[in-house]
Amino acid sequence: MGLNLNRVDMPNREPEIRNKDFIEVAEGYNDQMAQEEAERCLNCKKPLCRQGCPVNIDIPRFIHQVTENDFDGAYYTLKEYSLLPAVCGRVCPQESQCEGSCILNPKGAPVGIGRLERYVADKFRESKKVEELQKKPDSGKKVAVIGGGPAGLACAYDLAKEGHKVKIFEALHTLGGVLMYGIPEFRLPKSIVDKEIENIEKLGVEIELNSVAGRVNTVDKLMNEEGFDAVFIATGAGLPYFLNIPGENLNEVYSANEFLTRVNLMKAYKYPEYDTPVIVGEKVAVVGAGNVAMDAARTAKRLGAKDVYIVYRRSKDEVPARHEELEHAEEEGINLQLLTSPIEVLGDEQGHVTGLRCLKYELGAPDEGGRRRPVEIPGSEFDIPIDMVVMAIGQGPNPLLLEKTKGLELNKRGNIVADDNGVTSLDGVFAGGDIVTGAATVILAMGAGKKTAAAINKYLENK
Amino acid sequence: MYKIVKKEILNPSVVLMDVYAPDIARSCESGQFIVLRIDEFGERIPLTIADYFPEEGTIRIVTQAVGYTSRKLMNMNQGDSFIDFIGPLGKESEIENYGTVLCICGGLGIAPMFPIARDLKKAGNKVITVMGARNKDLLIWEDVLKTVSDEVYVTTDDGSYGRKGLVTDVAKEILEREKVDKAWAIGPVIMMKFSSLLTEKYQVPTIVSMNPIMVDGTGMCGACRLEVGGKTKFACVDGPEFDAHEVNWDLSLRRMNIYKAKEELALAKAEKGGF
Ligand SMILES: Cc1cc2nc3c(=O)[nH]c(=O)nc-3n(C[C@H](O)[C@H](O)[C@H](O)COP(=O)(O)OP(=O)(O)OC[C@H]3O[C@@H](n4cnc5c(N)ncnc54)[C@H](O)[C@@H]3O)c2cc1C
Ligand SMILES: Cc1cc2nc3c(=O)[nH]c(=O)nc-3n(C[C@H](O)[C@H](O)[C@H](O)COP(=O)(O)OP(=O)(O)OC[C@H]3O[C@@H](n4cnc5c(N)ncnc54)[C@H](O)[C@@H]3O)c2cc1C
Ligand code: SF4
Ligand code: SF4
Ligand code: FES
Repeated sequence: MGLNLNRVDMPNREPEIRNKDFIEVAEGYNDQMAQEEAERCLNCKKPLCRQGCPVNIDIPRFIHQVTENDFDGAYYTLKEYSLLPAVCGRVCPQESQCEGSCILNPKGAPVGIGRLERYVADKFRESKKVEELQKKPDSGKKVAVIGGGPAGLACAYDLAKEGHKVKIFEALHTLGGVLMYGIPEFRLPKSIVDKEIENIEKLGVEIELNSVAGRVNTVDKLMNEEGFDAVFIATGAGLPYFLNIPGENLNEVYSANEFLTRVNLMKAYKYPEYDTPVIVGEKVAVVGAGNVAMDAARTAKRLGAKDVYIVYRRSKDEVPARHEELEHAEEEGINLQLLTSPIEVLGDEQGHVTGLRCLKYELGAPDEGGRRRPVEIPGSEFDIPIDMVVMAIGQGPNPLLLEKTKGLELNKRGNIVADDNGVTSLDGVFAGGDIVTGAATVILAMGAGKKTAAAINKYLENK
Repeated sequence: MYKIVKKEILNPSVVLMDVYAPDIARSCESGQFIVLRIDEFGERIPLTIADYFPEEGTIRIVTQAVGYTSRKLMNMNQGDSFIDFIGPLGKESEIENYGTVLCICGGLGIAPMFPIARDLKKAGNKVITVMGARNKDLLIWEDVLKTVSDEVYVTTDDGSYGRKGLVTDVAKEILEREKVDKAWAIGPVIMMKFSSLLTEKYQVPTIVSMNPIMVDGTGMCGACRLEVGGKTKFACVDGPEFDAHEVNWDLSLRRMNIYKAKEELALAKAEKGGF
């Protein structure tokens, strides 16, 4: 068969319909589409795609299994490397990872690896088959995992399989971290995350929700009083940044974390059936252009905002969000206000937001990273009339637990210093995910959890 | 699930509950708070720890019915459970031997003042408590505060009990009368604001316990932002106690009303369907 340079499109729901509800946007491949797409893979001897995947999934193998109709086989191939294939297939920035490295790239569209991954994982879940979980005999060792996001979950899963007694301490009332409170239902249905969490429970991992480490217990207490042999810190990047401009504490100024948490975790989109309210303006400005900003903008639109603006300092080429999210956002009617940066949130006497004062920027010389630096245009001040702002300019490490963990080395930004195996400056204390790297991706966090689990396992063997 | 092991109605709109939460009871200190959720539809609401009993494993909360969730909570009974109960959150009060401490509390602020006053007393301070309510029926815990204070003064807005007037009236007399080394003010924001303006005049360092709207209570959302000394702070992790004289009161007052219009929707639901 000749080389097929065009990839099979994945069907999406109509923009004008989907931008009014929270049902998933992308519908996924059907069997025929998946076969056709899988057959495009050249099954390379030296697969470049694998190098692009942070957890080195054996991509040609699982795709080949799809072409052979061995869907269970494909699923178990994925699971060798990734705890959350249904999640990563949906939210990985494939264009800069696996797909970005696919050999087909220079000539045509890369193989739709993420879509196939999603297809395989969904098919397995929908088949209602019970996943085979193998667990080694009890090792007699105890590990505490602090934080139940992708990093913590992946680490707990692997350690439990090794026969260790694992307990996850999670501050919120549900596991999943950003997968539950940050990424919206229309991009990642929560039932999928729940399903993945079920397996962790089946492995006998103990789960303690509503448990804020640093307040109700400390790393020291866990190790010295409660008999844990090792601790994995995976508390993520949950501290929202603000711009520190005037007017930022006006009533209708939200951090993306607050806005998305109210909507996703607390289900404010179903208010008053659910008790948590959320405010949505008619004209909403979202500051920033990462995945978080796209999620906030598209959520505001779905909750009834007429005009939604993404306000971003650089140009479209530099937008850090996944390509697909930007595309979907534009289709859904989100406006891009590029090369623009706010200098003040305007408000009235009662504290309500009335506008966003901005400066225009142009792109200047490239910086060290090769990205052209935005330079403000003097005298370009202008106001956008809006009645709500969402700040989505990044998140940092929450210091709550770190302050209470003496001797734990942190870097300048307050992240934990840890090597590739999660080893920190404290004996028996490991860390991984966003708390180490700063806000990154699900797959990197999950990969860190897995790698650290291996390191912890070794550490426990020698202990 | 976190069980209510004791319920006591303190007045028509205020209820006391002891909730079984042994981990929190073991690790909490005065000045800290919890966040609870009644059921899976529930909102996360913060409440101050009004007392704690490590031996029994319980936390005491005193709640005033102001809106949907707090009213729903009033209707829960001994034996019922909360789905979530998270804490201890926030920083503990800074207890030292300051000398003479004036504890000004109003309305529901009387309950959270109790453990602080007790610790201050234990630390060797002379504790003078001024407590106020709108009327006699709404006044709570006069007897409880008496057990930990050297002097207790009571005011009611309508004069139905104690002195007629506001807590600040009596506080002013005390500040005129003797040297006060430190003050605490806990109650409605407007009461804390005026207490703060008063003690500032007498240059008495003052602590207030702020109660902005919160969601997670762990520093993740920023809902609880307030301005202290010109800087943005998160009340749930940087507080809830702050230097009263540095707080931007008008901003805090405005931010309390963000959901006013929405709250009426929830209350309408309650009126239609009951809780
Ligand atoms: C809105 C949004 C959209 C995103 N979109 C994408 C995307 O499309 N693709 C992608 O790859 N990545 C995306 N990301 C990034 C990705 O979600 C994160 O990189 C990833 O979740 C990090 O995993 P983690 O396990 O390190 O931390 P988290 O997912 O943040 O989990 C940390 C957990 O620790 C808990 N915790 C924190 N402190 C404590 C404590 N003291 N005690 C107990 N528990 C604690 C938290 O409650 C949380 O559950 C997005 C992020 C956001 C916010
Ligand atoms: C640190 C802290 C300690 C507190 N301690 C106590 C206490 O010991 N006893 C007590 O009765 N109350 C306390 N409160 C206030 C209590 O949390 C609110 O009265 C309660 O959340 C109101 O919820 P509702 O649904 O009944 O009312 P709503 O109708 O939702 O609101 C009524 C008013 O309560 C405030 N409020 C609403 N939601 C929240 C929220 N999630 N967080 C904070 N405030 C909110 C708003 O100002 C609102 O205008 C405390 C608040 C904080 C932040
Ligand atoms: S995990 Fe992510 S990067 Fe790796 S193959 Fe799957 S979609 Fe690509
Ligand atoms: S590089 Fe592309 S074509 Fe080659 S194995 Fe990977 S996905 Fe298939
Ligand atoms: S309540 Fe969310 S940061 Fe304080």
